[in-house]
Amino acid sequence: MTLANYISAAPEMTLLGLICVVLVADLFIDDEQRNVTFWMSMVSLAITMWVLLATAPSARTIVFSGAYVSDPLSQAMKIAVVGFVAIAFLYARDYLRANDLHKGEYYVLGMFGLLGMMIMISANSMLSMYLGLETLALSQYALVAFDRNNANSTEAAMKYFVLGAIASGALLYGISWVYGVTGTLEFSAMANSIAANPDMNGLSLWFGLAFLIVGIAFKFGAVPFHMWLPDVYEGARTSVTLYIASAPKIAALALLLRILLDGLSELHAVWADMIMVLAVLSLLVGNVVAIAQSNIKRMLGYSTIAHVGFILLAIFCGTGKGNAAALFYTLTYVVATAGAFGMVILLSRRGYEAELLSDFKGLNARSPWSALMMMLIMLSLAGIPPLVGFFGKLNVIDAVLSSGYTGLAVLMVLASVVGAYYYLRVIWYMYFDAAEDQAVLQASGDTRLVLSMNALAVLGLGLVPGWLWALCTRVLG
Amino acid sequence: MIGLHHYLVVSAMLFVLSIAGIVLNRRNLILLLMCIELMLLAVNFNFIAFSRHLGDDTGQVFVFFILTVAAAEAAIGLAILVVLFRNRRSINVQDMNEMKG
Repeated sequence: MTLANYISAAPEMTLLGLICVVLVADLFIDDEQRNVTFWMSMVSLAITMWVLLATAPSARTIVFSGAYVSDPLSQAMKIAVVGFVAIAFLYARDYLRANDLHKGEYYVLGMFGLLGMMIMISANSMLSMYLGLETLALSQYALVAFDRNNANSTEAAMKYFVLGAIASGALLYGISWVYGVTGTLEFSAMANSIAANPDMNGLSLWFGLAFLIVGIAFKFGAVPFHMWLPDVYEGARTSVTLYIASAPKIAALALLLRILLDGLSELHAVWADMIMVLAVLSLLVGNVVAIAQSNIKRMLGYSTIAHVGFILLAIFCGTGKGNAAALFYTLTYVVATAGAFGMVILLSRRGYEAELLSDFKGLNARSPWSALMMMLIMLSLAGIPPLVGFFGKLNVIDAVLSSGYTGLAVLMVLASVVGAYYYLRVIWYMYFDAAEDQAVLQASGDTRLVLSMNALAVLGLGLVPGWLWALCTRVLG
Repeated sequence: MIGLHHYLVVSAMLFVLSIAGIVLNRRNLILLLMCIELMLLAVNFNFIAFSRHLGDDTGQVFVFFILTVAAAEAAIGLAILVVLFRNRRSINVQDMNEMKG
């Protein structure tokens, strides 16, 4: 029994041990040799990945007195988050070095955040969920403020901190009510307790549920709780934005899936309406406000809000198909968005952030290959076949339609059309406008290589989306 | 006789007070951090009241974790505040408006 506990949680424990080693080793490394920290972090991630694959659970295993669950879903999501954190580190190294920010903190905080994400993904009780969430959130606050002398970064960090803390407060208040009504913190026991008494304190449970949804919406960045997201995306250094925009979105989906589906699926009729309102608002506000942006990081922030609308609508269906569509959408969206921020990194150089849309003007003349890669990424985010973003949207719309919500499906299509405008505008700038900035791209070979592989993955996944869809359906089965 | 609902009402009042403090306060960021702490304490109140009512200890265990996390959160919040003051020479909430759109 005890041994089974430790085997199931082996990836997290391995990662924690390795982070401590990197943290201490980094103290003894000179600034010029920061590459050693980078490679130690990459090796740590590789070892974690290996342990993850070696301890793959054959069936749903619940250990540590119900606090921790290991199942195919957690396995798939953890592989994804470890992979995305590794990609974020690969993009970050040269960017940080060029901006004299190459410090061990980035990697150590990034890995602590990863630990938090893995705990969230495997949480089977409100307590472990909360601890994982805070481990991730505290690492992210510090990461945003990582460029200490940059006024915008620190302002963004402060906003993120205050709104994130309010979100945690709302989530906790909701948890305390749900605990009070059901008498347990564990998700499966909670579901049983609600199923056993259908008329159990209806009003107080709904009250708690409303606060839970507010907390989750804050963490996801759904309208009307999205205020922090564009500011944080714009203010943080691009390597940090890339980190925040990628893997934590998968962890946020885990938060939603675990709490609402493992714990409170009996209350689907109640939370579905709240989720739907959030989703529709996110789709509208995200897509419309993104059009008005001139900063690409901010634009991608609003585009994230719009994509969150899709993910929430998939969850709203409450069917197995909808959940699989949400997972598929999140995974593929994160691939494309990591590439988009990677492109901003690629265009930046010492002392110059290519964060304005006008920096993309005439990119085709400066570097045809980079322009092509950016085009693939933008077309995928816009949802144009044969790129993977199209299949993500198609799956969600299909799930919504098969649950019988034709109006919502029409709304999603219209929102995508509006959204396509600002993605296509970037392509227009790259191919049909004259460059304002004629400097030669200075990004190193490995950043270019990672970006090319990232963009080609968007194309490849779009050409053969079947296996990923089969995987998503299987792990949620 | 003081029952469960009295505790819940006190906790709800504290929670609303902290939210009001965050929303109404346009001056000082330190006050904002204090409101956040108050919010977490309101939640603790709720947990302990429910835990006592249900005769179940897990709620009280949760409170210990919240207290620990709140301490870590305050540390990070104050650290960000110090860095912000160094860059901006101000901790006024109204000055936090460099980014808009």
